[in-house]
Formats: sequence, structure tokens, C-alpha cells
Amino acid sequence: MGHLVPLTFALPILGAALSLLAARHQRVQRIINLVSLAAGLALSIALLVQVERDDAAVVAHIGGWSSRIGITYVVDRLSGMLLVIAFATMLLVLVFAIAQDTGDERSPYYHPAYLVLAAGIAAAFSTGDLFHLFVAFEVLLMASYVLLTLNGRPGQVRSGTTYVIINSIESMLLLSAIGLVYAATGTLSMADLPAALAELDPGLRTGLQVLLLVAFGLKAAVFPLFFWLPDAYPTAPSPVTAVFAGLLTKVGVYALIRTQTLLFPEEHRTLLLVVAGLTIIIGAIGAIAQDDIKRILSFQIVSSIGFMVMGLGIGSPAAIAATVFYLLHQIPTKTSLFLVEGVIEDSEGTGALDRLGGLAHRSGTLAVLFALPALSLAGFPPFSGFVGKLGLVTSGVDRGQYALVAVALVGSLLALVSLGKIWLGAFWGRAEEVPDGSEKKGILRDRLGMATATAVMVALGLTLAVAAGPLYALCERTATDLTTPGRYAAQVQADERADE
Amino acid sequence: MSVPLALLIGVLFACGTYLMMHRTMTRIILGFGVLGNGVNLLIISTGGLPGDPPILGAEAGRLADPVPQALVLTAIVIGFALQAFLLALAWRNWTLDGNDEVEDDISDRRLAERSPAGLEDATEDEAGRLDARTEASGGEAD
Repeated sequence: MGHLVPLTFALPILGAALSLLAARHQRVQRIINLVSLAAGLALSIALLVQVERDDAAVVAHIGGWSSRIGITYVVDRLSGMLLVIAFATMLLVLVFAIAQDTGDERSPYYHPAYLVLAAGIAAAFSTGDLFHLFVAFEVLLMASYVLLTLNGRPGQVRSGTTYVIINSIESMLLLSAIGLVYAATGTLSMADLPAALAELDPGLRTGLQVLLLVAFGLKAAVFPLFFWLPDAYPTAPSPVTAVFAGLLTKVGVYALIRTQTLLFPEEHRTLLLVVAGLTIIIGAIGAIAQDDIKRILSFQIVSSIGFMVMGLGIGSPAAIAATVFYLLHQIPTKTSLFLVEGVIEDSEGTGALDRLGGLAHRSGTLAVLFALPALSLAGFPPFSGFVGKLGLVTSGVDRGQYALVAVALVGSLLALVSLGKIWLGAFWGRAEEVPDGSEKKGILRDRLGMATATAVMVALGLTLAVAAGPLYALCERTATDLTTPGRYAAQVQADERADE
Repeated sequence: MSVPLALLIGVLFACGTYLMMHRTMTRIILGFGVLGNGVNLLIISTGGLPGDPPILGAEAGRLADPVPQALVLTAIVIGFALQAFLLALAWRNWTLDGNDEVEDDISDRRLAERSPAGLEDATEDEAGRLDARTEASGGEAD
């Protein structure tokens, strides 16, 4: 099974190459894309099942080198779960994009770039090597640059420029951090680094940790490094924004969780807690100030990143379990909200709240499709957001972090306000009359494909709530893996010994 | 690591950062190149003292660490691709606007538009734009 792990990266990248060859045949491109992502999804499910059955990570040593100098691919519980949900999300959004059939999706470069993005995300989730993590980031960033500026429209170029520059600075920071880690420890393998870092001088270790935190924090858009996000995401085509919102910042969060729990356990938690509180509040307040659906949702991304950093900062196994669950809940929830926005924008031509109204009259289904993930995002029981937030809050209370818990609750309330603003502006009110007197009808009737993809996405989010019991147990096992010192190294190197 | 090399890396970082603070894309791209070279040198220098033989011709025990060289090769390729993309973006920006400046984001522009002076000042030089922004934020506090 171990030999199959690199396929999570190789399948989409091969698909991208084939897709480029078929640049003139859109239908072939679509089929290649769908098949590659479906295969990736099947493979990730198989890997997760395998990990769960053996209670051990699936490991591949590329080229047979030992983990100390070679690249390893490691799929443990955290990676496995994220791979499954990432491939499922990308597949559904692809179906949405194909059904929408706009100019962006017809570009010959859309499908290759989309697959390269999938490859980068998969590689980031499954690599066991710090430098390879950097390469995976670059692969997914490069694809995201292309998707963001696909048609070179003025707005896209303007915000794309900021996005590209910010992310190249992030790359430089990450690269220097990795260089310094190598200089200090002589290894980049995540299995060997914990032991090597523990021997270092605490000051040096703090320096390395802060550099990595800043680099990954920029990627994950935590306060004060979030400002690029609400500008960059809304200008992309809706399906692209949906994938970015669902997955890109979460890759940063994954990197934060991985490095923080594995390399620097129990260090500088206070910094993380302060950052988390500020991210939650600033993101939520920023969302209220906006008057465009995409911009409100973009600030919401920032706010919910704060919740994950909060769990990471609290750091107890219970908090990490809640963080992982919240991370899993965020991906389908955010994506489905952006897909609903995509339907609205496709139908009305705008996402500005002052030009929308009365959508609930015209399509009750669409309103429900928006309301379900929105309530989940705000943390209403019995949705998955509630389960995640409950876990975070209880673990915070257990550790005596009352101030942060209060901030998180206020942040949830503010999130509800901004989502209510979308509801009031877009769904309630009287529908605009069209010139011939009849009300415009049937938003979803003409967009069955898009509606189905959105509905399945929403259903995926609901499944997380329905299956919260077993899923939360899985997250708790993941947290035990993550917080047990030496567990990761033991999993990687056990395989190495077996190979010899 | 030798002292001149450390100094050189420091200078490259400083120059690169300074250039990236500018508004014009050309300078940012140049800054990115300079900064990238600084980072690459930093990684190379982690391989130990200069002058050690590579894998072939090594006497017992002493040879240059090949891992940083492999890392740097990858980093150079990635940096090259990024610069190419940035140049293409700058070119596209130039065909759209006739300049290659990075523009203010939407919230900044909205803030500038709120102040009465903002509309005229926004088109003027950089100092004027900054003034407009301070005025706007001052106006909001009132």
C-alpha cells in the first residue's frame, strides 16, 4: 500500500500533463479532470481505511532513500482525512464549474491548472519532509496564480498582483526558515526533526519557530497577516474562489498544526492564543463592514481560521481533536457557501447586497442551501460547526482560558450578524420586477447541474454533523497521534526498518 | 560560514527587501530576484565551509553536503518560474493601465473616496495618495 502514497500527487499531475496535451478538446479535458480527481478520491479513501485498520501511517520512501536524506510521503490519520475531504471538495466544485460552463472554465488552461492545484494540495497534505512541503506550496500557489488571473481582467490583475507578491514573500520566508532549520539540525525530515530540534538552544529554537509561524501564518491568513485574502479571493471566478476558500488557507492551517504539534510542542502557546483571539474578532468585525457576499464570506474565512489557531494554542489533546474536527467542517461548509454565491452571481450577475433581494421568494431551495451551511458556520446545534466550537470552548474552559473563550463566543455572535446581513440583503425582501411585469422565476431550474453540485456539497457538510460521533472519535485518535511525542517518528521509521 | 558570505547574504536581503517595498512592479520583481539570490546563498552556506570537494575526489571524511545543493537547484527553478509569472503579470498590468504600479486595494480606495479631497488626490502622486488616506481615516474617527 505504501507504494501507492505518491500517487496522490502523481495522479493529478499526470492528469494535468494529459490535459495540456488535449488543450483543444474541452470535453476530453473535462473527462481527464473528473477521472483524475475521482481516482485521487478513491485512493485517499483506501489510504485512510488502511491507516485506520493498521493503526499506523502509510509511508513511502521515494527512491528507497532513508527518511533522513530522502523524501518521504506519510499519510497518517490527519493527512488521510484531509486528503479525502480535499479531493471530494475539488471534485464537486469541478462538477459545479463544468455545469456553469462560463468563459473561465472554457479556457484551455483552466483544467490543467486545476489539476496542478489538486496535486499541490495533495502533496502538501501527504509529505513528510519540510522542503517538500515548500515545493508542494509552490506547486499549489503557482496553480492558484494562474486560476486567479485566468482571463487577465483589470480587477483580477490588480488583486492578483497583491496576491502573487504577498505569496512570493511568504515563499522566501519559508525557504529561509527551512534553510536555517537545516543549518541548525542537518535534517529536514519531519520524523527526525523533533529530536534534533529538542537538542538546540531554546533561543535558536524560538527563532526558527517564529519564522515558520510567520510563513505559514501568511498562508493561513491569521491576524495580522490576513489583509491580502479579502481582496484576492473575491475577484476570481466563483468556482475558483470556492476551492480557494475551502482549501488554500486550510493547507496553511494544516502546516501550522503539523509543525506546531510535531516540532515545537508546548512552546509559545500564549502567542498563538493572542493571535487566535485577534483573528476571530477582526475577521468577524471586518465581515460585518462589507456589503458584498463574497467579501463578507472572505472575512468569515479569516475569522474561522482564528478558531483553529485557538485550538492549536490551547494545545491539549481535546483541543487538537476539536481543531481537527473544525478544520474538517470548515472545508465543505465554506465551499458550499461560496457555491451558493456562485449560483446567485451566475443568475443575478452580481454579489453586491444592495442590488440583490427577494431571492428566497424566487427559489426557496437556494435559500435553504444557503441557510444550512450558514447556520453551521455560525455554530448552531445540531450542525457540525456547533460540535467543533463546543469542543474548542470546553477544552478552553478546561485549560482556564476564559478570556479567549469569551472572545470566541463573541466572534461566533458577530459571525451570525454578518451572515444575517447576507440573509437580509439577498434572500429577504421583495424580488425585483422585470420589465414585462412577471417576477423572475426559477433560479435553480435552469441550473440543475450547479444546484446538484451545491446540494451534494451542503449534504457533505451535513454528513459531518450526522456522523459527528464516529468522526469525532476519529479526530480524538488523530489528536492522540499528534500529541504523543515520538509517535510520528515511530510510524515513519517502523516502516523503514521493515523495508530493510 | 565565512564572514564575507554572511555579509553578502545580509546585503542581498536588505536590498531585496528595500526594492520590494516599492510600488512599481519592475522594482518588486528585481527585489524578488535579489532576495531570492540571498536566500539561495543562505541555503548553500548551510552545507558547511566552502572549498570542500563534492562527492567525487573526496578524501576520507570531508566532502560538501550535497543536500543543500539539491535544495537550491529546486529553489532556483521555482524562483525562475515565479519571476517569469510576475513579469507576465507586470506586462498585463501595463497593457491595461499604461503603468506597472501596484494599485490600492478596494477598501483603501473606498476610504479615500469618503474624504472630499480624496477623489482629486487619489490620482496624484504617491504623497498625495497617502495624504488622502490619512485624511480619510481621520475623517472617519470624527
